[in-house]
Amino acid sequence: MSKVEFNKETGPREVFCGLTSIVWLHRRMPDAFFLVVGSRTCAHLIQSAAGVMIFAEPRFGTAILEEKDLAGLADAHEELDRVVNDLIARRPEIKTLFLVGSCPSEVIKLDLATVAEKLNKRFSGQVRFVNYSGSGIETTFTQGEDGALKALIPLIESSDEEKLLLVGTLANNVEDRFKKIFRNLGISNIESFPPRQSTELPKIGKNTKVLLTQPYLSDTVRDLKHRGCEIISAPFPLGIEGSTNWFLAAAKAFAISEHEVHEIISPLITRAKLALESHKEILKGKRLFLLPESQLEISLARFLHNECEMDLIEVGTPYLNKDLMKEEINLLPDNTKIVEGQHVEKQLDRVRESNPDLVVCGMGLANPLEAEGISTKWSIEMVFSPIHGIDQAADLAGLFSKPLKRNQILTSKTLVTH
Amino acid sequence: MELTLWTYEGPPHVGAMRIASSMKDIHYVLHAPQGDTYADLLFTMIERRGQRPPVTYTTFQARDLGGDTAELVKKNIKEAVERFKPKTLLVGESCTAELIQDQPGALAKGMGFDMPIVNLELPAYSKKENWGASETFYQLTRTLLKEKVSYSEKISPLRWKEFGRRPKVNILGPSLLGFRCRDDVIEIQRILSEQGIDTNVVAPLGASPDDIERLIDAEINICLYPEIAEASCEWLKRNFGMEYTNIIPIGIKNTIEFINEVHKKLDLPLTNKKELENKSKLPWYSKSVDSNYLTGKRVFIFGDGTHAIAAAKIAKEELGFEVVGLGTYSREMARQVRATAKDLNVEALITNNYLEVEDAMKKAAPELVLGTQMERHSAKRLGIPCSVISTPMHVQDVPARYSPQMGWEGANVIFDDWVHPLMMGLEEHLIDMFKHDFEFVDGHQSHLGHTATNKKDILNSDEKKEKNSKEGIIWTESGRAELTKVPFFVRGKVKTNTEKYAILRGILEISDETLYDAKAYFN
Repeated sequence: MSKVEFNKETGPREVFCGLTSIVWLHRRMPDAFFLVVGSRTCAHLIQSAAGVMIFAEPRFGTAILEEKDLAGLADAHEELDRVVNDLIARRPEIKTLFLVGSCPSEVIKLDLATVAEKLNKRFSGQVRFVNYSGSGIETTFTQGEDGALKALIPLIESSDEEKLLLVGTLANNVEDRFKKIFRNLGISNIESFPPRQSTELPKIGKNTKVLLTQPYLSDTVRDLKHRGCEIISAPFPLGIEGSTNWFLAAAKAFAISEHEVHEIISPLITRAKLALESHKEILKGKRLFLLPESQLEISLARFLHNECEMDLIEVGTPYLNKDLMKEEINLLPDNTKIVEGQHVEKQLDRVRESNPDLVVCGMGLANPLEAEGISTKWSIEMVFSPIHGIDQAADLAGLFSKPLKRNQILTSKTLVTH
Repeated sequence: MELTLWTYEGPPHVGAMRIASSMKDIHYVLHAPQGDTYADLLFTMIERRGQRPPVTYTTFQARDLGGDTAELVKKNIKEAVERFKPKTLLVGESCTAELIQDQPGALAKGMGFDMPIVNLELPAYSKKENWGASETFYQLTRTLLKEKVSYSEKISPLRWKEFGRRPKVNILGPSLLGFRCRDDVIEIQRILSEQGIDTNVVAPLGASPDDIERLIDAEINICLYPEIAEASCEWLKRNFGMEYTNIIPIGIKNTIEFINEVHKKLDLPLTNKKELENKSKLPWYSKSVDSNYLTGKRVFIFGDGTHAIAAAKIAKEELGFEVVGLGTYSREMARQVRATAKDLNVEALITNNYLEVEDAMKKAAPELVLGTQMERHSAKRLGIPCSVISTPMHVQDVPARYSPQMGWEGANVIFDDWVHPLMMGLEEHLIDMFKHDFEFVDGHQSHLGHTATNKKDILNSDEKKEKNSKEGIIWTESGRAELTKVPFFVRGKVKTNTEKYAILRGILEISDETLYDAKAYFN
């Protein structure tokens, strides 16, 4: 492990909660519905994070707790029953319904597992119910996906068939590219989790080799291990280096030689490096500060330093699973300062003191920092854009070079009046 | 429990944030878990604010719940006060913290600070954003002025005469995330100034706690947005005798009535009455011949109470539209909206469910929709032109240019914003004349780029469905052919009317003749 500096910080945070991951999960599995059991805050949060409402009807919603629901628990269960009945009558095409716990439902100890169990019996053969918590008292942003995937694992059937299982939501086009490359490497049995349809869950067992596509799936990994799956240790497929090592690790697990891998991917690497050049020119030597939010920060820092030659001031991460992040941390330069957790005020003090060229942060902080003359990149874009893989390395770099390029074009750098 | 796919209003603490963020020298400590910080982006993204909302979130986690969350609250309050040095501190809780009952407001008051502390109790499970904003502004006003109540004489609206100066008023209610508040304030201040009236304080937008304490230096209050300011205005009236205005100056008639109301309350003679009629271009633009085609345009209105009521009045009286639907998501304003709807012979729609609004919109078959950002989406799906008149709004509804809704310029903006999405008058006339030309492209609409393709799709799919409708009405070949000859922008209406007529007469097959029978019947 390289000699990175680990720090912990607690205090007020500026991050999304796990409910936010519904925004991409509902797109990944269009036959599923995500029903948050929570408050008006939860509903408002998801719609605000999702931005413009382009759907006639979204495949997510909130059963908003009212004062009468808080009076007694039995009542709340009945109410939830009624809401679910209405919803299924309205949306008969729903195949899987996720009951998503929230801060208030966790605090009043609403037992969604029992509710799901009852509903599973009633709607047997029509709709499947699973539950998980996306609450802010337990989860940060992308951790919501971890909860949702973990909740699906008990529904997965066992099979000893040898396969490569890609775990973590990917953009469909990226997923297709990966599968093609793996097939070219000679791995033919490849499945994804989550699947594109909630009902088409992959089967798993002792010959399932799990390759993570996202770094925020600690609980899912633990449960997959319990089911006998082998977890392939690898960095995450962001950038050329990360993706190459990721392919190599998978190949090794399938006893495919490094030579064969290089043969397949070296033309990809060559053209990706070429595409990366123009971005590198802008990013090289620029100083980067990553605030914690998406949990992709460590992988991004590794990519932006190793491949784009940015200097790392501080790498924030909402939480750190050293085991899952081992391969990533090994690739970081010595003396990288990793800060787990957040005290947003103190962290912003450090941002200002260190005068970075670029800050990766949440949408709540981006414009205020821009107004102070500091260029920013919002982290939520990372989870909505196809950024994984060798072919996307230049696009990923582009997300960071664009604000800097823009800053060079525009002369007015700070906002004086509001 | 209420199933909500989308909500017009956020929770009440977001309303409190709107007040805190609108003001200076205020800090709000919010007992809330991580995730609730999403609300910051409403201000920094939609309003493009270059400052963070002045809010500290205590960020309690599940593991804190067994321990001492009260200590966590105190720690955050202490840090926030030391760091931000606010002149007034707001303390409250979001939905989850309300359940754990730490009473952060009481805790803050026990910490020995010498600044005023406002304890905000905003019931998250029964109230919403606008109520929260109103309650926060009211509690803040009350906290900062209650000590002056006992020894203050009732404020006479006429006292400016004794003081030998111009009358002074406060403009109350404008806030961040309100609709065009920034520009409305400029417009109203300009109008008042022209009438010889000075502005004492604008609040909450841009005000500091010191300004709130100065509210009683004015003679009367202008209650610009009752959703936010009425409770405070009422309290100031009860305790200091300060009168406040009721008329919202949106539209020409309302602006003139508003000026009259202010003059009457202040007993200030109105000397430029004639001039007022010509301050805005709206009356003439509306009267000019090009606007003939606006007559009887069917308009569907939904929004907050203030803007929806004003829009209905302007639509009917100043633009000559026909209001075919009126509603609000704001239950606090339901009574007023119902009254306005009754005058217009429509049934008021009071709901927080956007799907109900979309259904009502579909049924009313309007030619123009005036609504919130959600009605814009619904209208787009239905292929109906739309203009946004109310919050909730999107980033494009906070324009860079000066574009108030109130006063003279507001009326100009309204004319442009509502009429431009409709087809230009002459253009519509031409389309009607040339629609049988072989080069005419069905679906051609105005140069502003509203395509009619959506509407066609909807009509087509409706047709397919309704072939087997329960009434068993069938469109014959000749009926369908005739329907396609009807200009697309009224086709939906013609289709509905013809079917209505067919049902009325027990006709099972709609032919071209049925279309003309129906046309004659409804004329």
